Amino acid sequence: MCQTCGCTITPGNAHLSLNQNGRTEEVIEVLQDLLAANDRVAMHNREHFDEHGVLAINLMSSPGAGKTALLEATIVALGDRYRIAVIEGDLETDNDAARIRAHGVPALQITTGTACHLDAHLVHRALHDLPLAGLDLLFIENVGNLVCPASFDLGQHRNVILLSVTEGDDKPAKYPVMFRAADLVVLSKADLLEVLGDFDPGQAAAALRALGRDTPMIRTAARRTPELGLWLDWLEQELAGRRSNAQTQLPESAATVAA
Amino acid sequence: MHELSVCQALLAQVTEIAMDRGASAVARINVEVGPLSGIEPALLASAFEVARAGSCAAKATLSITTTVVTISCLTCGAESQTQPNRLLCGACGGYRTRVVGGDELRLRRVEMRLPEARAAATV
Repeated sequence: MCQTCGCTITPGNAHLSLNQNGRTEEVIEVLQDLLAANDRVAMHNREHFDEHGVLAINLMSSPGAGKTALLEATIVALGDRYRIAVIEGDLETDNDAARIRAHGVPALQITTGTACHLDAHLVHRALHDLPLAGLDLLFIENVGNLVCPASFDLGQHRNVILLSVTEGDDKPAKYPVMFRAADLVVLSKADLLEVLGDFDPGQAAAALRALGRDTPMIRTAARRTPELGLWLDWLEQELAGRRSNAQTQLPESAATVAA
Repeated sequence: MHELSVCQALLAQVTEIAMDRGASAVARINVEVGPLSGIEPALLASAFEVARAGSCAAKATLSITTTVVTISCLTCGAESQTQPNRLLCGACGGYRTRVVGGDELRLRRVEMRLPEARAAATV
């Protein structure tokens, strides 16, 4: 529209738009989100999840924070009551998917090669090989990285970020973009708190709060003496929320079909 | 280094616009990047040097407009400028704030060259 009326032409750029022979250059004001294409596919993924009543959780952390270990312990705890599947993102190897499959749960490995994050397209492609029918819960274990994955919506319903107590308690202050995206922060390997003695959960909570979010933070331990209570409670609450959502949406979609 | 992925998305958008307009080449691109976008302007600029090769923007220059983090307090209503890891109200110190600027990652402007024939046709 602006191109028609010429309102984008200012004294500063008029020389670009007009010359004696007419227009040889054109200036377009766009204002379009650079990740719009990713976000469109993410929305499409979310529609797939909603259609099948699946709760999708994007699990992010630095490498080695214990994402796969937490998933293994979660499968052991909830596997007989909920149907779970996992999409694993790594630069190389099928190791994590193999660990998940060993628990009898379908797992699909995405190897990104050199890419430092999963994006909505990669997840969409994976969904072609991972039937959602009958699933309750899909975990997407992102590439271990506190920077890049934060920028890419995958279509998940919730972002869960692990902060292991073997890292610094100032991680939320160092990686604000990532921690701002969290719906839940999990202090993993919490059984090591006493041994290490230099991770202050209060400091981590304060750094998280300084990001202007009231994000809940819970502790877990996935090995030796598992401590999963709050994590499992949170998951069950989310699963219940999704189910009641699916129920309230059902009449609407039925009405749409009828119309 | 996800700046390369972002550059590829940028070039896809620019190419679509250039084709729509029948442009012969893209001369200049302007993007807006905020500190809370997770994109480092300097890395985006160097990724663009690599990514633009072979595209309609192969000779284009990329200018990056950076923004500052601005928050609005949901408790006292004050607006303040701040750092990406300190989104607390500058007036009352409250944490219930909303980011009103600084998370931008968008294509703002594309300047293109039109082919001679089309330029003549638009006279």
